[in-house]
Amino acid sequence: MTLQEVTIPAPREITTEPRRSDKVFRAVVTSGGVSSLVILGLIALFLGYRGFEVLRQEGMGFITHSDWSITTDDAGNVVESHFGLAAMLVGTILCSLIAVVIALPVSVFCALFLNFYAPTWLKKIMVTIIDMMAAFPSILFGIWGFLVLMPSVEYWAKLLHRYLGFIPAFDMQVPVYTRSPFVAGVVLAIMIIPIITSVSREIFSQAPLDRIQAAYALGATRWAMIKAVVIPHGRSGVIGGAMLGLGRAMGETVAVFTVLNIVFQINWQMLLGAGGNVASLIILKFGDASPYEIKALMAAGLVLFLLTLIVNGLANLIVKTTGKSGR
Amino acid sequence: MTTTVAPTMPWKASPRERATDTAIFLVALLSSYTTVAITPMKGKLAYFAVFFIAYALLTAIFKAQQRGSAAAKDALVNSLVAIGAIVTVIPVISILATVLKNGLPGISFGLFTHDMALATPTDPLSNGGILHAITGTLLLVAVALVLSVPIGILTALYLTEIKGRFTGPIRFLVQAMSGVPSIVAGLFILSAVLYPITKAYSGLMGSLALTILMIPTIARTSEEVLNLIPNDLREAGTALGGTQWRTVAMIVLPAAKSGLVTAIILGVARIAGETAPILLLTGGGDKVNPNAFNGPMGSLPYYIWKSFNAGSPEAITRAWAGLLVLVGLVLILFTSARFLGSRKAAK
Repeated sequence: MTLQEVTIPAPREITTEPRRSDKVFRAVVTSGGVSSLVILGLIALFLGYRGFEVLRQEGMGFITHSDWSITTDDAGNVVESHFGLAAMLVGTILCSLIAVVIALPVSVFCALFLNFYAPTWLKKIMVTIIDMMAAFPSILFGIWGFLVLMPSVEYWAKLLHRYLGFIPAFDMQVPVYTRSPFVAGVVLAIMIIPIITSVSREIFSQAPLDRIQAAYALGATRWAMIKAVVIPHGRSGVIGGAMLGLGRAMGETVAVFTVLNIVFQINWQMLLGAGGNVASLIILKFGDASPYEIKALMAAGLVLFLLTLIVNGLANLIVKTTGKSGR
Repeated sequence: MTTTVAPTMPWKASPRERATDTAIFLVALLSSYTTVAITPMKGKLAYFAVFFIAYALLTAIFKAQQRGSAAAKDALVNSLVAIGAIVTVIPVISILATVLKNGLPGISFGLFTHDMALATPTDPLSNGGILHAITGTLLLVAVALVLSVPIGILTALYLTEIKGRFTGPIRFLVQAMSGVPSIVAGLFILSAVLYPITKAYSGLMGSLALTILMIPTIARTSEEVLNLIPNDLREAGTALGGTQWRTVAMIVLPAAKSGLVTAIILGVARIAGETAPILLLTGGGDKVNPNAFNGPMGSLPYYIWKSFNAGSPEAITRAWAGLLVLVGLVLILFTSARFLGSRKAAK
């Protein structure tokens, strides 16, 4: 037996310290992860910075007045300017509220249908269709809404005015039905139905199965079961979904611009063809805006950004907390 | 001796019940027809609405007589739920039908081989085409992809692999970011890049805005996909002596590959038709521009917008044809994302 030369490898270093590759990896991934924070911060910062001059000059008037005018002398200097968003903000809120009021019941019923009524094959097809609808570009909804939907919506608006005109919201002095907030609201409703439906569907599908079966075992009809189990479980989640839809409706630009007639006057009469919308204002005025007016548009963008951020943030909080309690 | 008894199926509708159901259906149909005939209500929607109200009420009343108020409410909700589903689907069918009907006359071979450099939207349809718009959209999307895919996937990796101190806030912010209106993203690039730095419209500006809109979609979908990768795989990688970097790069990401592709495709579908930031930032050229970093860049949404606003019948047909191409593109992307996603789920 011959002695064999054995090389014993040096013991491996045992450490909890991450390797250099891991340190680099973690740093890169973390910086990527923080980018959303950075981008959101930069958006607020830059829009605020550009719009600061206008915001300071107009003060609170920027959101409480509703005239939008700028006068320049021949050299292009600003002589006088008034920028107020009140009419646009009212219009934005009015349109998106109409949209949510129309879309919410439709979406909730549709989500109930998908979860508790539809056979599996139909459910699969419909879920695909609804997801597809969410991916349609907004310009498609806008042009379709203008050329196809508007004539029939106008017709129904006339009926609403004739038979329900005693309700202030449906009242109007001048019979102009074209391009009203109501039409914009209906187009927006169609755009947000997929969002509210899929959020509600998700929440409803988390309803505890044992309680559903208990309700059926006690002889409940399908509606009685839904009322006793599903609705109490999903109520706040559906509200969160509706708010997500509201946030989406508030920020919608092209679709609303195509169907809405923008007028710088506060108008709560939803059937009258005169409305406002912050996002559409930006598109409308951008084309021939002077540098100073662009600053005002930046400030308007900031207002819109903060508004949607708040609505979306609240909505996500509500959806998240119910999602957890459901499990 | 055995007796065979025909199985009874009490839950199945008896011939009599079926007859009454048909009768209710016919009565509702008839009443909708007569209501539309005598009242001032007109149009397909009127038939639809009256029919459903009549049907819902009739079934409810019938059930109330037969089985009491609980059954009546149940029947009423049955009808309501069906209405909800139908109302959701009708716009999709209507949109697809009108786009096909109005867009097909504008589609020709020349449309895909010419640009609008020598034509205006109001010209006859044989002049000009959408070559510049298609190449423009492809370039915009390509540059946006290069920028957003790394950031989106890194964000998802941070949320699933590192799970550091900021996980909660970042998840919240990514969701908030998906709600940023597209016009605000456009204004942001305008104020932060276009005015102070480049001072000229170009495809890149549009792509930057699209990147902002695309990151949250990619990040959220990728996060879901990465969460589905079983933890055993990560532990196995670590147990074999792999560092976290190697585990993620060699095991987790390859395992999630098709899901990540789905996430990217969904992101592209989300931005392919974005219009508002494109209108603010790209300048919308009418010529094929192969350089995304210089010069105005045409794109499908811009072309549709411009043609639609030109207003003449030819221009509107152009807009519909552009929409048909755009919708076709989005549907192809969407279907391939679905296909990849379902194949992964089947495994």
